[in-house]
Amino acid sequence: MLAAIAAVTALAGFFGLLLGYSAVRFRVEGDPVADQIEGLLPQTQCGQCGYAGCRPYAEAVAAGEAEINRCVPGGDNTVAALADLLGRDPPPVSADAGVPKGRQVAVIDEAWCVGCTVCIQTCPVDAVLGAAKQMHTILRSECTGCELCVEPCPVECIHMEPVTADLKSWKWPYPRPAGAAA
Amino acid sequence: MALPQTRRGGGVTPGVHRLPGGVHPPGFKELSNREPIARATLPELLVLPLQQHIGQPAEPIVKVGDRVLKGQVLGKAGGYVSVPVHASTSGRVVAVEDRAVPHPSGLSAPCVVIEPDGDDAWTELTPTPDYASVDPSHLRNLIREAGVVGMGGAGFPTFIKLNPGPKRKVSTVILNGVECEPYITCDDRLMRERPQEVIAGACIVRHAVGAEQCVIAVEDNKPEAARALRQAATDGVEVLVVPTVYPSGGEKQIIQVVIGLEVPSGRLPVEVGVVVQNVATAVALHRAVAQGEPLVSRIVTVTGEGVAHPRNLEVPLGTPVAHLLSQCEPRPVQARALIMGGPMMGFSLHDEQAPVVKTSNCVLVDLPGAVADPPLPCIRCGACARACPMHLLPQQLYWYARSRDFDQAQDYSLFDCIECGCCAYVCPSHIPLVHYYRFAKTEVWAQEGDRQRADLARRRHTSRLQRLDLERREREERQHKKKASPAGTAVGGDEATKATVQAAIDRARARRSVHEEAGPGAREGV
Repeated sequence: MLAAIAAVTALAGFFGLLLGYSAVRFRVEGDPVADQIEGLLPQTQCGQCGYAGCRPYAEAVAAGEAEINRCVPGGDNTVAALADLLGRDPPPVSADAGVPKGRQVAVIDEAWCVGCTVCIQTCPVDAVLGAAKQMHTILRSECTGCELCVEPCPVECIHMEPVTADLKSWKWPYPRPAGAAA
Repeated sequence: MALPQTRRGGGVTPGVHRLPGGVHPPGFKELSNREPIARATLPELLVLPLQQHIGQPAEPIVKVGDRVLKGQVLGKAGGYVSVPVHASTSGRVVAVEDRAVPHPSGLSAPCVVIEPDGDDAWTELTPTPDYASVDPSHLRNLIREAGVVGMGGAGFPTFIKLNPGPKRKVSTVILNGVECEPYITCDDRLMRERPQEVIAGACIVRHAVGAEQCVIAVEDNKPEAARALRQAATDGVEVLVVPTVYPSGGEKQIIQVVIGLEVPSGRLPVEVGVVVQNVATAVALHRAVAQGEPLVSRIVTVTGEGVAHPRNLEVPLGTPVAHLLSQCEPRPVQARALIMGGPMMGFSLHDEQAPVVKTSNCVLVDLPGAVADPPLPCIRCGACARACPMHLLPQQLYWYARSRDFDQAQDYSLFDCIECGCCAYVCPSHIPLVHYYRFAKTEVWAQEGDRQRADLARRRHTSRLQRLDLERREREERQHKKKASPAGTAVGGDEATKATVQAAIDRARARRSVHEEAGPGAREGV
């Protein structure tokens, strides 16, 4: 009897120490769930979800503070991927966050630009090229289409342009399903 | 299946091996293969797309109003996987703009539009008559500058395929004269009428890749072509007649038929020591080398129920399809269904003004009313799996593509599908299976593009945050210092200022004393 209690106590102590050591030695920096969630987000950094960017939103979702349907640019695909990752049912994209648009990029009307650098300061991905009192332009390939630069422009010279499909990005449409009635 | 017989030196003996799967659709080749190749007339305008190949589009180097000669470069290669585009006749450039191109999307793309002057005058050409004395890399360059791409349908730049790399050894060159798709007869007529050029092209390919043997594969429904090639064949070029099975003309399929080796998934034919070229490509590169002629025309089969006079035409690239039809007595109908390519792998043309490009082997004109049967539900009969020449499971791919489960579709080797259409051909439910696979493939590519864009945005956003953080810290440091120094002035401010002033006075005095020692004239010398 005593031997058994001693053995179990010794084992418990040993494993306790082992676990305690592992928790320190193999500590995971950051939040792996948030990382995974962030990996599924489109990285538009638009803030339409109500958070300051994709990373804060991912952290909020990981902490259970935010719904998974607040990412407007990601649309249904992102919601479905998040639902899949977190093992939930995919809800429809939240209506109050915004209406999903196709891919778009911001364009500066260079004739009107006064070189105030306001858009440079708002751009989350540094896609605006320019300097004070110099004309600005947007690097098309880097722009995520977040629209954050449109509102602050004092001379309203920034507008959004949809990205139309070219031969490379064109997609075959979904075929008419077999047994359309079924 | 017969195992390949291995020879000494690692080569394999060409022979006829069985192809897995495949179908036997009616050929309809006799519609267009009876007449010799005729030269098409020049249209009023030639529309030359800057992208007629796989890879980056060419970059235009001409502007509106320029006079160009036949064979002059209109657009230079826009990258490594790219080739130049040449004027297909002499004339004047009237536009460099987006025009309708032959593409399943029906979209427009940048084109150079030429108004022919009717002279058809060539630019200066530099022939290389003795290819054997030329280094393979120089040959590849000649072929690249001539704008030669695979003319069997895919349009991959030929010079890249002729470059096996320093480590790989090519044992066999296969010239693909199979032309297995119904209706198409342009390669058939080419082999019958210009066998010497095919053989000459074969020899150039063999020299360029350093292969020992060369096999020209011809299906047994083209005995005249095989006979003509045999008569013209030189040493080391063998003509092999293969059974008529669709799709033995696919690149991986022809290797399987001729060598008996399967090209592994996601690998290139050169990794099993084989280079495959279409016979028309061989003729084009022969002309590019021997005559210095760039690729400016090709043979196109115009056939189908919708034309009264189906035949093969040698067409300057850029000729609108409507102009081609006008030379084949189109039947008067309100609307016709135009297919570019064959009935199995071709795509519907949305615009009759779309031009003939380097990869356009056939224009199939169907009468309207030949509407496909409506698709019915899949009954899982498995006929598609038996017909698939790539050993895939088409019905599984169909279910996954249909439910947009692209990960699963890729697990079932979606990207090994060659879109030959055998599965859809045998499907008793008339399901447009290939359409589903094409849909799934482009969706996967689009998702991949989105992922790459997201990664880029994340990197840029992270580095911006780091930069802002750094700037903020520097600013704070500066403010901190500023705050610290007025505090210092309040306590011992006068002393500090005095010390600074005293130091400056001392320095000035020291300088002056040096000057005075050197003499009064020294000041100017400083």
